[in-house]
Amino acid sequence: MAKKEKIARQIMPEQEPDIRAKNFEEVPLGLTQEAAVNEAQRCMQCKKPACVEGCPVGVDIPGFIKLIAEEKFVGSIRKIWEKNALPAVCGRVCPQELQCEGKCIIGKKGDSVAIGNLERFVADKERISGTGELPPKAAPTGKKVAVVGSGPSGLTVAGDLILKGHQVTIFEAFHKPGGVLVYGIPEFRLPKDIVFSEVAFLEKLGVTVDCNAVVGRTVSVDELFEEGYDAVYIGVGAGLPRFLNVPGENLVGLFSANEYLTRSNLMKAYRFPEYDTPIIRGKNVITLGAGNVAMDSARTALRMGAEKSRIVYRRSRDEVPARGAEVHHAEEEGVEFFFLTSPVEFKGNEQGRVTGMVGLKMELGEPDDSGRRRPVPIEGSEFELECDLAIVAVGAGPNPLLTQTTEGLDLNRWDYILADEATGKTSKKGVWAGGDIVTGSATVILAMGAGRLAADSIHDYLTWGW
Amino acid sequence: MFEIVEREEMTGGTVIRNEIEAPLIARKAKPGQFVILKANETGERIPLTMADTDPEKGTITIIYMVVGKSTAIFRNLKVGDAYQDIIGPLGAPTHLEKVGKVVCVGGGTGIAVLHPITRALKEIGNDVTCIVGARSKDILILEDEMKKASNDLRICTDDGSYGHHGFVTDVLKEVLEKGDIKLAVAIGPVPMMKFVSKMTKEYNVKTMVSLNPIMVDGTGMCGCCRVSVGGETKFACVDGPEFDGHKVDYDELMLRLLAYREDETRSLEESGLKL
Repeated sequence: MAKKEKIARQIMPEQEPDIRAKNFEEVPLGLTQEAAVNEAQRCMQCKKPACVEGCPVGVDIPGFIKLIAEEKFVGSIRKIWEKNALPAVCGRVCPQELQCEGKCIIGKKGDSVAIGNLERFVADKERISGTGELPPKAAPTGKKVAVVGSGPSGLTVAGDLILKGHQVTIFEAFHKPGGVLVYGIPEFRLPKDIVFSEVAFLEKLGVTVDCNAVVGRTVSVDELFEEGYDAVYIGVGAGLPRFLNVPGENLVGLFSANEYLTRSNLMKAYRFPEYDTPIIRGKNVITLGAGNVAMDSARTALRMGAEKSRIVYRRSRDEVPARGAEVHHAEEEGVEFFFLTSPVEFKGNEQGRVTGMVGLKMELGEPDDSGRRRPVPIEGSEFELECDLAIVAVGAGPNPLLTQTTEGLDLNRWDYILADEATGKTSKKGVWAGGDIVTGSATVILAMGAGRLAADSIHDYLTWGW
Repeated sequence: MFEIVEREEMTGGTVIRNEIEAPLIARKAKPGQFVILKANETGERIPLTMADTDPEKGTITIIYMVVGKSTAIFRNLKVGDAYQDIIGPLGAPTHLEKVGKVVCVGGGTGIAVLHPITRALKEIGNDVTCIVGARSKDILILEDEMKKASNDLRICTDDGSYGHHGFVTDVLKEVLEKGDIKLAVAIGPVPMMKFVSKMTKEYNVKTMVSLNPIMVDGTGMCGCCRVSVGGETKFACVDGPEFDGHKVDYDELMLRLLAYREDETRSLEESGLKL
């Protein structure tokens, strides 16, 4: 035991900040096999592993790490797959410091085991040089399940239910599957080939993926039942961008983060004009908000030639909701932070293009409903920041396209779908929901956790009834 | 893939009609709704309001003017070729109601969008006067179809080569003067909709316009298509594309439509395609 603790946490090599801030290649380069095996040996193999409690999908973390330490990589990925169909994704985008790694016993005194990096290592190894052998599938049940949305929760539901012998079709509104993993998270944080290979894996298992299918428009939930589906899972995400409701918000050059990232990621506007979709390349960029989406936007702007990329956030550094690694990477690349600043107006020129933002300084007052100290404006503290591109990344609300066209689906007072926390069951018979359309904007892994619970409940229903 | 089953060059190749196999969309689409089309892997998502649908045949019809790289790529698609992606039907359908006397005003390819709406308004018993305008006779589209779809068709050309010599608003004024018009529908270039709405407001005639701002997803997810209507921000893709013409901020809409003008010019030039 004592010997194991002497190994230092293995550092994952990364592209240098000044180089990577100008390209869209992935920032961390992955652990070498030697480093991964060394890192795996740091795990104490706790009898009651706290890390597993911290994982929303309950991956057997000591189990898969032990297999890496023994260089049994195929066994290790199989161990993860038992609970998580998207390990290459989760290894990259989970907030490990708040979950598994945050609970790691070694982390109490020193650096926790790099669980996320190990998960990523073994998933990448399988994808690049694995056997391609598929996990065993149960005998066909003859039941059909429709999964609406191909983001993290939909992919999880599809992966779970296809292995249990059901027929599964995923309906995706965009022309490519992956949901937020494809339109939202940038290439430099999650290469799209990884997402497409995860989807291809599900297709190999027998899942059908129907793109360009807008449930609520092209087809309704009730029509899916008429077409013979036995159960419907709704995992459409929270696809309604929030704006700030301040003057000047419709100026050209002011985007929702959804639009900015969709243009860049899904439509590949960063490769314009090789790809036909244009995007505004600001030299002087302001991003409003400080979540992961804001970090993604500010860093994307740098890669598209911004000389200044600034994050404006109305609370202080302590309240920043983004993953630690994202804030760290953004700062390394030169993103500047304006804390305790709230936008009150955008200014434009005669062409209707944004030229600046008027900000108001804030101070922290008493805690609000979220438990965070409420920012209070300081009278007369207005100041102006120049910008030629502004990106609003202050969260998303529930997109009503599906919910408004589905009878019998109860919503909460903010129009999110009401679903049972333990099962994902909605008020409508045969319909489950999970992910951001239930909880509001959250993380990939929480959406996957909801998908896992719903898949179990759907399987019970298809076996035993509602 | 969405195969083109019929194709027509309408005005010497600047305006193209495509009838496209899209049975799921044709089954659901109603007048006033739009689709988003993407020609190929590197293509842009282009919103176009449908000019017609045939649920039995499983086809939709679009009519577009070649104005940039994406529509130049569309023009190169022949019968038997296919669009890689078509998404729809999107947007809210036209609110159709029997009100009595209606005037429908169309300009440019807006006439293609106006056609199914005009036809539907007449079918439910309205007395429909239609005013269509074009720069000159050779680029006027759908004359016969519009004649059939309305009770009275009036034509205007900017250069006087056909019909009334002047703008649609000249004829509109005459029609409004006669009185008793209960509803106006205007679809065409933004300045046309702006001036039609300005005039109908003077006569206190309710006016509906169909907007075509720049879009990305078309499902309310990005907010690219936001327009100011009565001082409120609306998303044309889900709240529209039709709005109260008296409340739309047309000047803002025009500026937003020019957002990528330089990029569009560059993109077309570098592609080697011609308009």
